[in-house]
Amino acid sequence: MSKFKKKGKKGAPGITTASLPDIVFMLLFFFMVVTKMRDSEMKVKIQVPAATELQKLEKKSLVSHVYIGSPIPKYAAVMGSAPRIQLNDQFADPSQIPFFIANEIEKLSNPKLRRAMTCAMRVDKEVKMGIVTEVKTELRKVNFRKVSYLASDAGELE
Amino acid sequence: MAKRDLPEINAGSMADIAFLLLIFFLVTTTIQTDSGLSVLLPPYVEEPPPPEKKNKRNVFAVQINGNNDLLIRGRQCPDVNSIKEKAITFITNRGKDPNSSDSPNKAIISLLNDNGTSYEMYVAVYNQLKAAYNQLWEETSMEKYGRSYDDLNKEERKAVRNEYPLVISEAEPSDLLKS
Repeated sequence: MSKFKKKGKKGAPGITTASLPDIVFMLLFFFMVVTKMRDSEMKVKIQVPAATELQKLEKKSLVSHVYIGSPIPKYAAVMGSAPRIQLNDQFADPSQIPFFIANEIEKLSNPKLRRAMTCAMRVDKEVKMGIVTEVKTELRKVNFRKVSYLASDAGELE
Repeated sequence: MAKRDLPEINAGSMADIAFLLLIFFLVTTTIQTDSGLSVLLPPYVEEPPPPEKKNKRNVFAVQINGNNDLLIRGRQCPDVNSIKEKAITFITNRGKDPNSSDSPNKAIISLLNDNGTSYEMYVAVYNQLKAAYNQLWEETSMEKYGRSYDDLNKEERKAVRNEYPLVISEAEPSDLLKS
């Protein structure tokens, strides 16, 4: 009677899995895009100060991070609560900066990009300038002069 | 009772839905990028050069002590946010006021901080000084090219920056005030 009458064996049809790969790929792409690669575990507590005249750091591969802040509670027992420098995922002294910078330069594929490299200083706002100045002096000694003081956007200050 | 055949769900459009979602997320998510104040440090010299005899009127001295108190050109300044205005007045003086700069080319900003100054204060002051120059560059660019500074090409930016060269000299910090 009906034109659309089904023939053949009756039974619950299996849900098609043809689109599962799509869904999985979608999730994969989504996470690939959204995840921010942070290569080092943070061992110091950092809350950056606010500023308005911000410039974005475009090329991730050309940015070397120096973290300065008080050690997080987990390490405070060993390291004390005075602000410390963290390079990659280790506590460091200012004297280790030249070595760290030399390493970063070596990682570059194209030595011509050396001049475009920036040192991003992620420093807690409570930190005193003394330790920051030591780092700056070390950077100047190895002639690595492009520095960015990382800060959060304060929005409109006026 | 015989099993009833459920109609099969058409999965042909699943891929389309998936891609639609994918594109939606691609468009809406922004990858968080680090942003900060860009600074070019001065080259390192073993012996700090003897302080150049600069005409005092051309130096905009900002000092911050260990208690985060500000001293601008010898006067106490309680408000960080007023530095921008003060700096602009100083830079654009062009010889009118005998106590301010001769010309924007000669104006120098000298920033001296103490080892005990907090980083937050230092960044706030630096931000204000940069804001002053950014405003001057923006104004010059609008005047000269009728476009925003951000839209200028490299040469034009250079020309604008030459009108108001940004010179921030940072002396080696001392312990201005032990507290």
